[in-house]
Amino acid sequence: MIRETAFDRVLFRGGGVLLALIWIAPLAYAVWAAFHPPAFEARFELTAPLTLENFASAWSQAPFARYFINTILLVTMVLSVQLVLCTLAAFAFARLEFPGKSILFTLILLQLLVMPDILLVENYKTMRAFGLVDTIIAIGLPYFASGFAIFLLRQTFMTIPKELDEAARVEGCSLLGLLWRVYVPLGKPAMLAFGLVSVSHHWNNFLWPLIITNSVETRPLTVGLSIFATTDSGTEWAVINAATLMTSAPLLIGFLLFQRQFVQSFMRAGIK
Amino acid sequence: MNSRTWIHAWLMLLPAFVFLIAFTHLPAITTVIDSFWTTAKGRRPAVFTGLGNYEKMLADPVFLKAMINSAIYAAITIPASMALALAMALLVHWSFRGVGFIRMAFFTPTVLPLIAVANIWLFFYAPGFGLIDQIRLFFGLPSANYVGQPDTALYAVAAVTIWKEAGFFMIFYLAALQTIPQSLREAAAIEGCGRWTFFRRVTLPLIMPTTLFVSVNAVINAFRLVDHVFVMTKGGPDSATMLLLYYIFETGFRFWDTAYAAALTVVLIVILSIAGIGQFFLADRRVHYK
Amino acid sequence: MKLLNVFLATSALTLFAGQANAVDLEFYFPVAVGGAAADTIQSLTEEYVANNPDVSIDAIYTGSYADTTTKAITAVRGGNAPQLIISLSTDMYTFIDEDMIVAWDNYVTEEEQEDWIGGFYPAFMANSQTEGKTWGIPFQRSTPVLYWNKEAFEEAGLDPDAAPANWDEMVEMGKKLTVKDDSGNVTQWGVHIPSSGFPSWLWTGIVAGNGGKLADDTGKNVTFNSEAAVGALEALVALSAEDAVMAPGILDWGGTPKAFFEGQAAMIWTTTGNLTNVRTNAPFDFGVGFLPGLKQNGAPTGGGNFYLLKGSTEEELQAAADFVKWATAPEQAAKWTIATGYVAPRPDVWETETMKEYVSDFPQALVARDQLDYAVAELSTFEGPKVTQLLNSALESAITGQTAPKEALDGAQAEADAILSAYR
Repeated sequence: MIRETAFDRVLFRGGGVLLALIWIAPLAYAVWAAFHPPAFEARFELTAPLTLENFASAWSQAPFARYFINTILLVTMVLSVQLVLCTLAAFAFARLEFPGKSILFTLILLQLLVMPDILLVENYKTMRAFGLVDTIIAIGLPYFASGFAIFLLRQTFMTIPKELDEAARVEGCSLLGLLWRVYVPLGKPAMLAFGLVSVSHHWNNFLWPLIITNSVETRPLTVGLSIFATTDSGTEWAVINAATLMTSAPLLIGFLLFQRQFVQSFMRAGIK
Repeated sequence: MNSRTWIHAWLMLLPAFVFLIAFTHLPAITTVIDSFWTTAKGRRPAVFTGLGNYEKMLADPVFLKAMINSAIYAAITIPASMALALAMALLVHWSFRGVGFIRMAFFTPTVLPLIAVANIWLFFYAPGFGLIDQIRLFFGLPSANYVGQPDTALYAVAAVTIWKEAGFFMIFYLAALQTIPQSLREAAAIEGCGRWTFFRRVTLPLIMPTTLFVSVNAVINAFRLVDHVFVMTKGGPDSATMLLLYYIFETGFRFWDTAYAAALTVVLIVILSIAGIGQFFLADRRVHYK
Repeated sequence: MKLLNVFLATSALTLFAGQANAVDLEFYFPVAVGGAAADTIQSLTEEYVANNPDVSIDAIYTGSYADTTTKAITAVRGGNAPQLIISLSTDMYTFIDEDMIVAWDNYVTEEEQEDWIGGFYPAFMANSQTEGKTWGIPFQRSTPVLYWNKEAFEEAGLDPDAAPANWDEMVEMGKKLTVKDDSGNVTQWGVHIPSSGFPSWLWTGIVAGNGGKLADDTGKNVTFNSEAAVGALEALVALSAEDAVMAPGILDWGGTPKAFFEGQAAMIWTTTGNLTNVRTNAPFDFGVGFLPGLKQNGAPTGGGNFYLLKGSTEEELQAAADFVKWATAPEQAAKWTIATGYVAPRPDVWETETMKEYVSDFPQALVARDQLDYAVAELSTFEGPKVTQLLNSALESAITGQTAPKEALDGAQAEADAILSAYR
């Protein structure tokens, strides 16, 4: 094995633990504040009484269940549409020759960085013109065509050996059949990688949903939490953290349980 | 060229491009057009002003601060979050007791919405009763007001961004590290290669594609992640934490000066386009494919 | 069979006709004192609808004041505006400029003009009327007050029941109340005046206490750098500098009650809307008093008014106006005040049995009302958010020691004039 001194080991293990402690501090504080009465928000006394009152309070003050559902709907809808649209486009760029290919691809690259988040004002006007203000679909529409997904999938598809194409053609496969039978299965790891980026992005997205939603029926968690937390009177850390925990718990638990699978599938994603 | 092929191709591209044009390219163009007019109010219609909004921008001290702040913010968060992500990946790459916990610790920021953690960090930074101040006072240091002083506010905000991102990027580096063949490691050991040399000469180049992937995300996020500004500083004190996207939102949706917001957006588009082109140039040169 | 059909048909017709007569109203409201107050609005709305079957009101909680304003303006621009909103009193000029509100005068009888509109505290009407018309009806209004920690006062050797009568006294007491630990670091500050987000609000009170005024009632002229204003800012800056009774830098508004409860500050300035919060959570006896003024008593008003939005039928607007008349009637206003800590906007509200009972139990609630005699309008002009923001920046700059007070305010004045000149 590579030379590893004792110093190295202490440095790395110690450093790792210290970094992990710093990193988990906010979550740890959220747990502390959520389970103790407001009087102990800033006092870390181990004998402080535990309480579920904050959760009850948060739950009754805002319809978090509804916000949660809205967010899940949004995230699922966006990812599904993205995968369909972008797989098609990526396949076309990877395997087909057609006029205007490079121009169109440049347009895609531009979208990579000029993302819809920037074009708030204009996209709002568009939504208004279509009467889509305050709908969940309006939150997702600007993101359906993801330049990032197209780019990523194209890279992946380009690494698939052309012999497979010919083999499928020999079998009498149509273009779409080829895509579905050969490319999609081989592209799954890349789709997973992109899926993580997309879900994470839209779960956490705040600015655009803030502008485009008005009511409880469409509001995602981020907007709901921000409304909940912004008051003229004092910041109620206990209740806000209870709300935060309630809404993040599913994702956290999901990651805890499926950590290994997560990382392993990325291993196979081969982001090359 | 088989005409059927390219009809198929265009059909496959059509759905994606409809959305792309509708929500990225067209708005970008109308933004540019809008930036040449003034904002229409109920009582007064819009007036063509040519470069008027841009002149206003150059004379606007808040805009200049926003530009400088955004540049500093990007310059700090991009390298720091990427370097930390790589360091974290290296740390949890091995199997040892407690690695699962440490990995989870690094990843938790990803599942907590930024707007929610902003309040937690506000508590950490609070002078007097805040966590950091409690530690400072314990060690006899004077109280610090990180978010309330112009000197430190931007860094305080940037720290939150780095905290949020590093764990997310770590996952991609983790996957990349695990694809480095064990045989390379053994060969290096036989050669008597040191840990750091191995890292520099072998690991880094091999994970370059991941680094590109991560860097694209990091650049995007450096300009996109302004949620915590809403809760923590609202751009203050005295525009010390004013970031370009936040200023666009404030101008467009609080001041209702949509034309000026359009002009500001044009600036952001230009910056991002340059950053994007620059990155792809770099990528082409450096990426090491098998 | 035929009879049944006739019966069904008639019922259907009546139902239909009944529906046709019902007026559907939409109402956006923010709540800025914690989520439970949203329930009070909902129950008020439901009570009204139960007693007035020809009206249905959909009360929609739209978040903070800023969010509600955003929603309202975007809804108006989108052509699907609600009839009624509660929004900041200072939004009046913005709404007028956007041509999106209607004056209340069209929906009140002459008698109501005198009794109802005339029955609100003048301090609150200052941000509600211009061009000779009434544009907003006060509902959730507030004013900041001084809260002090009686225990801390005792420990410092001060009379726990005596509030500082003026600024100088506040500074003197503050010095005694500023406590340091062995390393020389301050563990308790004497004074805590928050300055994050919107420092101009509390500062308006200091200016009023110094005999100054920030804007006139046309929305087109401001005086940020009058002698009184500069003096007020210098006094505020001095608190963290020469006087050393307040923590330096920008102090977080949301963290102010916490700082108070944790004993970080012995005297705090914050909204009367925090009254219930402080009462519930302060682990010590506390007092509530007027904001100590430099030369005289002075305080800003704040909070939200009802506005009627354009784009609806006369019938809808009249129905909305009638709802508001009921909601601001003494009984309802009393319930609202007690539930939230906002100041009752009319003298007659304080005369109700409900209020009298509440006040006898909790006399601190009277302070905000009594201070109204000295209250001034909150800063409100055309291009309000922008003008207020540049003032906020100037204040933040001075408070953090980046610019001298006079310089900062001169700069703000110049910038504001540049913007408002378009309106003169």
